[in-house]
Amino acid sequence: MTVNRRQFLKMAATGVGASLCTTQAQALQRETLKVSPDAVGMLYDSTLCIGCKACMVACKNANGMPVESTDVNPMWDTPLETSGETLNVIKLYKNGTGEHKDQLDDGFAFMKRHCLHCVDPSCVSVCPVSAMTKDAVTGIVEHHKDRCIGCRYCVYSCPFGIPKYEYDKAFGQIQKCQFCAHLQAKGEIPACCDVCPTGATLFGRVDDLKKESERRLQAKPGDRYVFPRGKFGSDRPPHEAAIAQYQEHVYGLKELGGTQIMYMSAIPFDKLGLPVNVPDYSYPSQAEGIQHTLYKWMLAPAILLGGLSYVVHRNTQKKDDEKNASERRES
Amino acid sequence: MSDYFDEVLTDLDEYIDNLGGVSRREFMKFCTGVAATMGLASTAGLKMAEAASNPQRPPVIWLSAQECTGCTESLLRASHPTLDQLILNAISLDYHETLCAGAGHQAEAHRLLSMKQNFGKYVLVVDGSIPTKDGGIYCKVANKTSLQHLTEAAAGAAAIIAIGSCASWGGVPSTGPNPTGAVGVSEIIKDKPIVNIPGCPPNPYNFLSTVLYFLTFGSLPELDSKSRPKFAYNRLIHENCERRPHFDAGRFAIQFGDEGHRQGWCLYKLGCKGPETYANCPAILFGDVGSGSWPVGTGHPCFGCTEQGVGFTKGIHELSDVRTQTPPDQYPGINENIGTGATTAAAAVAAGLGGIALGAGAVIASRLGKEDDKNAAEERKEQESPS
Repeated sequence: MTVNRRQFLKMAATGVGASLCTTQAQALQRETLKVSPDAVGMLYDSTLCIGCKACMVACKNANGMPVESTDVNPMWDTPLETSGETLNVIKLYKNGTGEHKDQLDDGFAFMKRHCLHCVDPSCVSVCPVSAMTKDAVTGIVEHHKDRCIGCRYCVYSCPFGIPKYEYDKAFGQIQKCQFCAHLQAKGEIPACCDVCPTGATLFGRVDDLKKESERRLQAKPGDRYVFPRGKFGSDRPPHEAAIAQYQEHVYGLKELGGTQIMYMSAIPFDKLGLPVNVPDYSYPSQAEGIQHTLYKWMLAPAILLGGLSYVVHRNTQKKDDEKNASERRES
Repeated sequence: MSDYFDEVLTDLDEYIDNLGGVSRREFMKFCTGVAATMGLASTAGLKMAEAASNPQRPPVIWLSAQECTGCTESLLRASHPTLDQLILNAISLDYHETLCAGAGHQAEAHRLLSMKQNFGKYVLVVDGSIPTKDGGIYCKVANKTSLQHLTEAAAGAAAIIAIGSCASWGGVPSTGPNPTGAVGVSEIIKDKPIVNIPGCPPNPYNFLSTVLYFLTFGSLPELDSKSRPKFAYNRLIHENCERRPHFDAGRFAIQFGDEGHRQGWCLYKLGCKGPETYANCPAILFGDVGSGSWPVGTGHPCFGCTEQGVGFTKGIHELSDVRTQTPPDQYPGINENIGTGATTAAAAVAAGLGGIALGAGAVIASRLGKEDDKNAAEERKEQESPS
């Protein structure tokens, strides 16, 4: 391939432009958002969970979701994952004989999967039409199906794989846990927290829950501990049980900029399917500046259109010149 | 099989004299009833009838230590068989502090005589825990400690049945701080076969069935790891509870007398120990008065009386560790594979199509507007050619 002077200059200019863009991109990064002081959240303590699945039933009832059976003979609600019909699912970590609760080898542990209501959510950042919103006060990440155009960017952007598109329907929608915003609006608490018999799923202000998790980590394993149930700080009777040998970390305090649903467990979080090798900053803090700048005032599409128009213009100009020239000759 | 029936049924007519006023029909009903309780074949009922009407009734010595007589009271309320049928027809109850006809030295002498005469043959039943602290002085009968009574009586016993939670592992008296050093029979006697029939009180039929099994087959029924007969103690209460559907649906009573409690919802939140207690309570009930006649049926959480480490150990309202979720119970795994994924061929086709689309796009972009040139050139040619 021979490079003439013109092509070489073009390539050199592109390279310089790209490096300028990188510098520009760093300048476009922002700080990860901070959690609202009145944000509400959930503390899921895997060591308290007994796997009764009452939360799954309550979730379906509260959100009017159908039974999803993966059995050969459909009889029970047996979802394998969160889906268009299941917003909340209890999963089982099992190893070897699986006899001992909260043990890594030959043990088992439960895991509750649903939206983590990120402090700085990717799905909200990527949504082109504001169908995904984060409430400024409660911090609930909510999906508004009336605004949704079905682009499914939220599905691909979520680091936890939560928003699910109903691919099996002709007019599918995005489905995800809304933290029972409709119940909270009535002064109630999310259905799963309301029904949990052991307080494994505890509702409360994020601040309170952080302090509660801190207390649990500081307590001596084996000691008696009074576990609140339902809503933290409510008058619902708590229950007393021995405190487990926790992992020395509460998942969601800093992962990807923090989540309003936090997890405690006796076995490592990666075994429970949570991404662990993740930065402390949110992905939107890196990408949002560039992406939103590119599309601001439809600038990038306009430039692209301009470029294409130029190519067309350039390719057709020659013909026009020739035509004019021939016309002149004839005259 | 029919030959066997004929033979037994013919022989049965001879039993009538031994039945103490019970009609042959009633007696057969009781025996087959007991066999059915244990899940044995109907012929086993006939065998039991044979064994129970043996004129040489097997001797039984019943010792009581730190107990409340609840086990005996429970036994008195059995109806198939009734206790009198048992002790007058099936076994020879040679010593029982509550049921003895004699008293004082007379009763003690009779016990010693029976133990001597039937050495190595009698069944020893123990209710109540055995105090071991300070030489076992906290429970004495006839100036001997329970510890002494037990060791002496165990020496000549063919088998030992520890009835009630106290005799099984210590029960109420062994609850912390356990001031008398109370222990169960199996803590003291190590060289004899021991059956534990825990419960506070135990269901009388679990005891009666074990006794009749022993009389019939000369051996003890199959036992679990805690020496409890499997026919009675291998089922988790939670799995057979009539309130289980409420548990599965997340409907819990939260306080006694609240809406859920009145509706008969699950008592787990009130501290029900059914999910970690093995017993047949929900299946055979108590007192022969029909459905619901067991603790959970009446609206009180199970407190785990048949389970060492649960009953008298855990708090009444403490939540139980649910035992049903241990594998192979059905839960989705952490990383479930849904669908079959893309095959290599499908991936190749997709990649090919993608490549074609990219190439075509590039070509189209580069030729944008050029089509007009070609057309124009052709037009010109056409115009020039005629000239």
